[in-house]
Amino acid sequence: MSTTTESGTAYVPASEALATVLAPAAKPARPSAWSASMTFGWRAMLKIKHVPEQLFDVTAFPLMMTLLFTYLFGGALAGSPTEYLQFLLPGIMVTSVVMITMYTGLEVNKDIDKGVFDRFRTLPIWRPSTMVGYLLGDLLRYTIASTVILLVGLVMGFRPQGGLAGVLVGILLLLVFSFAFSWVWTMFGLLMRSEKAVMGVSMLVLFPLTFLSNVYVDPSTMPGWLQVFVNANPISHLVSAVRSLMGGTTDTGEIIWVLVASAAFIAIFGSLTMRLYNRK
Amino acid sequence: MPDLAIHTSGLVKVFGDTRAVDGLDLSVPAGAVYGVLGPNGAGKTTAVRMLATLTRPDGGEATVFGHDVVREADAVRSRVSLTGQYASVDEEMTGAENLVLLARLLGHRKPAARERADQLLDAFGLSEAAGRQAKTYSGGMRRRLDIAASILNTPDLLFLDEPTTGLDPRSRNQVWDIVRIVVAHGTTVLLTTQYLEEADRLAQRIAVIDHGRVIAEGTPGELKSSVGSGSIHVRLRDAATRPDAERVLAESLDTPVYLEADPVALTARITGTGDEAAQAARALAHLAEAGIVVDDFSLGQPSLDEVFLSLTDRPATEEAAA
Repeated sequence: MSTTTESGTAYVPASEALATVLAPAAKPARPSAWSASMTFGWRAMLKIKHVPEQLFDVTAFPLMMTLLFTYLFGGALAGSPTEYLQFLLPGIMVTSVVMITMYTGLEVNKDIDKGVFDRFRTLPIWRPSTMVGYLLGDLLRYTIASTVILLVGLVMGFRPQGGLAGVLVGILLLLVFSFAFSWVWTMFGLLMRSEKAVMGVSMLVLFPLTFLSNVYVDPSTMPGWLQVFVNANPISHLVSAVRSLMGGTTDTGEIIWVLVASAAFIAIFGSLTMRLYNRK
Repeated sequence: MPDLAIHTSGLVKVFGDTRAVDGLDLSVPAGAVYGVLGPNGAGKTTAVRMLATLTRPDGGEATVFGHDVVREADAVRSRVSLTGQYASVDEEMTGAENLVLLARLLGHRKPAARERADQLLDAFGLSEAAGRQAKTYSGGMRRRLDIAASILNTPDLLFLDEPTTGLDPRSRNQVWDIVRIVVAHGTTVLLTTQYLEEADRLAQRIAVIDHGRVIAEGTPGELKSSVGSGSIHVRLRDAATRPDAERVLAESLDTPVYLEADPVALTARITGTGDEAAQAARALAHLAEAGIVVDDFSLGQPSLDEVFLSLTDRPATEEAAA
């Protein structure tokens, strides 16, 4: 007993100190939906701050995709890599960012079994704010990925006709769609039992969506039955819209299609997510 | 009739084939510690999760301060907070960040949230560790951070789900002290535990639950006297005398005698409601008269296992029975 080695950590709960914190002060009003969501967004940022390695996938992966596809297919498909890049870059940006959205599902799944989730769920706050917080953190990742691809593209010879404004609006549209599309993954994150299962489903959904699209080649070269799928694929519409914005030939029809699809994703998968969240 | 913090009637929760909570009736008065005592798998955590609005009941009714836990979940949430069985803190964030996050979510503006977090860290002896990630904390520190987060807005009702399971004795005493101070300030505490000693020290009333229902309810005194006040543990000098000692004790105390793994040790329950020390002394005298040498003896409280045995005629843990 006399030779305790712990250095002054013998905490003794003091009535006076605890009395101060327990004094019934006026409770503040509950936070608004916006404020609660932003607070959860702040939590997502803190997680990136504490574990910065997790940004590897949003920088290295898009970099690899851009280099790989440009130099692999460029010569064969468009005569030269630089020529192909003008066509490919908006599409590869969409593909990379949409691929990254699945990490939302992994993140939700990893957190859900921890006690901290129980605490959030006993708070009198706007229920979806926990999920919106994840997505706000993810928006930062999508922005980083888009920026990396844009910069690499510019170095490699990408010369967008739509100018800075076109490029920025294109990226903004991509972010809007990705935010909406991520609700698919929050749903799977809550539905699946393990991270591995979420990963498996993500791949099953993402590979057809991104490859069976107009990202790499013109769909008119494909067989008719495949064209039906490709033309109905939301990713194709998103790529057309972003391509048109960056290429300076704004296609309002496609942009509206993407915005309506985004709203539908939020309405359907957002409500499914919240149903699961409340049942959990 | 005092105000009720919690009232449940016929509460049911089914998971597949298991009726985890099976017709639970509880009335928890406000302003005290109420202990819910039971072995693993008795339905304690499930019951708490329903009362804290985390899980929907499959049947029956439950109200917290008169608010239905399903229909008026938000009203319940604004008055309760939960310290779960597994620390409800974000391990990747620092202690300070955890508390600021929660303060913001409870509606404090940024400067007030920081100030509140600092006060709590100080009161819970965590100031020095404030900037460290919670995953580097010891079990006791984590539990303190957890409780600090739970009382951030001084809830009217605090759920503590097995708050000391896995803690060392010193940390356990700290948690007990904190609970006493919190209750003295008017917060009602619902405490679940596997340890009779813990319920005995903290709770004004205890419900013993098993297979999702209440099998006994009362003050610790009432509960213990219904079980017998305790037991006597005896260590013999010579293992060969144990069969004789077993017979003498069984006759003297008129209760079953347990042979322990140690070949010289045995334990007997004292069931009388009167002076148990006198009964124990008489039993020891009988041993001496029979010429059995006792090296050591002690009087113990009834363990949860003994409470269970007496209430259900079977041990608290199914494994122990096998």
